[in-house]
Amino acid sequence: MENYVIEMVHITKRFPGIVANDDITLNLKRGEIHALLGENGAGKSTLMSVLFGLYNPEEGEIRMNGQPVTIHDPNDATALGIGMVHQHFKLVECFTVLQNIILGVEPNKSGFLSMGEARKKVVELSEKYGLQIDPDAVIEDITVGMQQRTEILKMLYRDNDILIFDEPTAVLTPQEITELMDIIRSFAKEGKSILFISHKLNEIMQVADRCTVLRKGKCVGTVNVCDTTPEELSRMMVGRDVQLKVSKDEAHPGDSVLSVRDLKVPSKVHKGKNAVNGVSFDVREGEIVCIAGIDGNGQSELVSAITGLDKPNGGSITLGGTNITRAPIRKRSKLGMSHIPEDRHKHGLVLDFNLANNMVLQRYWEPEFMRFGFIKKAPIRKYSDELIERFDVRSGEGSDSIVRSMSGGNQQKAIVAREMDREHKLLVAVQPTRGLDVGAIEYIHKCIVRERDEGRAVLLVSFELDEVMNLADRILVMYGGEIVGELDPKKTDVEEVGLYMAGNKRNTGSKEAQA
Amino acid sequence: MSFWNKNVKPLLMSILPSVVAILIGLLFGLLVMIFASPGDAPMGFYTVLTRGISKFSDVLYYATPIIMTGLSVGFAYRMGLFNIGASGQFTMGIFAALLVSFFLPLKSPASWIVACVAAIAAGAIWGSIPGFFKALLNINEVITSIMFNYIGMYVVDYLISNSSTMYFATKARTNYISAEAQLPALWSGTNLNVGIIIAVVLAVILFVVLFYTTFGYELRATGFNKDAAKYAGMSSKRNIIITMAIAGALAGLGGALCILAPSTVVGSSVTYEPINVIRNEGFNGIAVALLGCSHPIGIVFSAIFVSYIQRGGTGAVAYKPEIIDVVLAFIIYFSAFAMVVREIVSGKRKKKKSAPAPGAVIDAVPPGPNDTAMQDQTGTGLMPEAEERGEE
Repeated sequence: MENYVIEMVHITKRFPGIVANDDITLNLKRGEIHALLGENGAGKSTLMSVLFGLYNPEEGEIRMNGQPVTIHDPNDATALGIGMVHQHFKLVECFTVLQNIILGVEPNKSGFLSMGEARKKVVELSEKYGLQIDPDAVIEDITVGMQQRTEILKMLYRDNDILIFDEPTAVLTPQEITELMDIIRSFAKEGKSILFISHKLNEIMQVADRCTVLRKGKCVGTVNVCDTTPEELSRMMVGRDVQLKVSKDEAHPGDSVLSVRDLKVPSKVHKGKNAVNGVSFDVREGEIVCIAGIDGNGQSELVSAITGLDKPNGGSITLGGTNITRAPIRKRSKLGMSHIPEDRHKHGLVLDFNLANNMVLQRYWEPEFMRFGFIKKAPIRKYSDELIERFDVRSGEGSDSIVRSMSGGNQQKAIVAREMDREHKLLVAVQPTRGLDVGAIEYIHKCIVRERDEGRAVLLVSFELDEVMNLADRILVMYGGEIVGELDPKKTDVEEVGLYMAGNKRNTGSKEAQA
Repeated sequence: MSFWNKNVKPLLMSILPSVVAILIGLLFGLLVMIFASPGDAPMGFYTVLTRGISKFSDVLYYATPIIMTGLSVGFAYRMGLFNIGASGQFTMGIFAALLVSFFLPLKSPASWIVACVAAIAAGAIWGSIPGFFKALLNINEVITSIMFNYIGMYVVDYLISNSSTMYFATKARTNYISAEAQLPALWSGTNLNVGIIIAVVLAVILFVVLFYTTFGYELRATGFNKDAAKYAGMSSKRNIIITMAIAGALAGLGGALCILAPSTVVGSSVTYEPINVIRNEGFNGIAVALLGCSHPIGIVFSAIFVSYIQRGGTGAVAYKPEIIDVVLAFIIYFSAFAMVVREIVSGKRKKKKSAPAPGAVIDAVPPGPNDTAMQDQTGTGLMPEAEERGEE
């Protein structure tokens, strides 16, 4: 019997209609780095939320050093020395780093803040672990990496020994990832225990001691990382041997549909800087151009400028010969731009509308659905039923279903149906398969290839290298707001793309890439 | 059975929270009465509950202005705008109607129709100014519309008290307007007038606008999710201004219907007192809109309910008016809790909504321990203000 610092035994957490964690057992040794691997929706975050007290499980128990403990809320977790860095940071934007770190455990003398001691402790901790921060910088002004370091210092300041990291690398640059890995290793050396959520195999191989794999809410197994291979881990994670490979024919690109020249888009995070800095490219009929890169290198801002959600501050965008650099969104839409947005809940859907109303979100004003300003309910209904049928969108009550009640995959399918069925020349798709299961991913990939084969231009933004390699006819790699490489997926491999994504390599013309 | 499931059941489920909230409010009202004077409580409470039946024409009479302000607040709320400035728009409506009545020598019924149109215009202008600020400069409409309550009230009070035609200085009120300028009565000997019909017809029109036109579709889409509305190419700036103008027009017309209501006493009329007090109809309109779920038809019923309870309260003579005001405030205040009750009633569905699939669970992680500083500022936080004003 090994000495485990945390044992999560037979944990079951149900949500209505879904078992998010089904009888999962996970043991954490003192001083180890334990990775939790699984596809989106496998139940990793839920399991960690159970440990952190955000959810209370229906069954199972949590033991600490062999003793059963109850964790009802995060305060219990903190008292037990458990800390968590969430995927989406929980920081007060308008507070300083220091204020955020002490939030909730403010040192005080008879009700008055005594920041001196706190500052001393924070500075000591940051020097000890090489966590560079400026204690007086305001959160909204600092980089994502520094925000993450603030979150880590928050845990250290509370003397936590069990540290949970929920997909910590998703938002970091390659350098920051390397730094983070070193820091995590130094924590483990000190005897702190680390739980590390990821779906990136190479990171796990690099840093973790053991790895527990979850699939569809069930525990597939726990393996020693040194005894396994990335292939075996991926088989455990996906549940089958095959890699997702879309069969597609040679592309036959035609005329340019979207033409972006020297585009500059201001950054929202860093005032006065450009998130997109002088980007130029073309997307032609009948080809899929893929923008690869690590999240936060300007892809979102680039798409916002192309689709009209944000205004660029330099350069030009042309769609089918018309300059749309400053055109309103509706005009772009009428000129033939379809857009599958990055955030389906924020932009893609009106969650409290029913499915029928969402299906016409981009077309309700067309004569087919409107007469003298009045909505034509029957045609909308008919159209929605038809899309549901053709794109196999599943929901409780068909067109009447409130979209909020639908599963993420079917919500995404509804957006895909709406955007692909509209008359359009260009499809802009951002992370179209995020959070979806394998089946839905396969389906959406097929739809995207069909778009191309029907002669439309497709601009795809993805942070998943596999998706990029699978779908792209041409890869543009973005790094630091610029396009640092144009690659032919047939003549390159994941490693090379990775080098470009990390900013270690760059070329500017397609000729060099093909050479 | 399917008719039951499809039509009746959802309707009942949507009304249920309001009914529960009303019952809780009545219970607290009763407790206040028992606390103030236990012996009089049974009779007094009975009066509050039943007096409105015999005075139903009065109930409708007093309901008319708050239907209009309720519609004003509720309509803007559908777009996600909190029109707390209905009082100011209402006051501007009163002023415009008085101007027409005193200075334009028109024969009935032209007079009251022109007065109503003027009030609509005045209210629309007063409502659209915060709309412009919101749309063009992204200035919170709550703040601007509150300020416009004061600006409107002081400007009107100043102009009226300096006009010898309009102002009756020794009585500190406006002069009576001529019977010809007043709204046509519906039933002689009662307070019933054409105002209630106008209000109900407008509620029906708003219902159609909201649920059967593309403008209503855009408005509701923006109210539910303004980012998605932007993504879909809707012009939120234009819609914000139009919505605030319509909301202002509704409240302004409410002011006209209030001041032009015919008097049962020959030779008199409703008057306006320029005593530097913000009209409480606007704030009651907030309670009415919340209680009516911002649904135009629901607002008609909730306004009638509020008016009914107020009429009942005036008959409970064993209590001082202040106590009755507290009782009414409790009932109205708790009625506005309908939103909270609705969340409790639909609690089951909410949980299901937040976790439709494991993929969505990631998004649904509740706020951590450090999130307390980021409190959501919902409309309910403003309700104490409405309650206080409601007592005036």
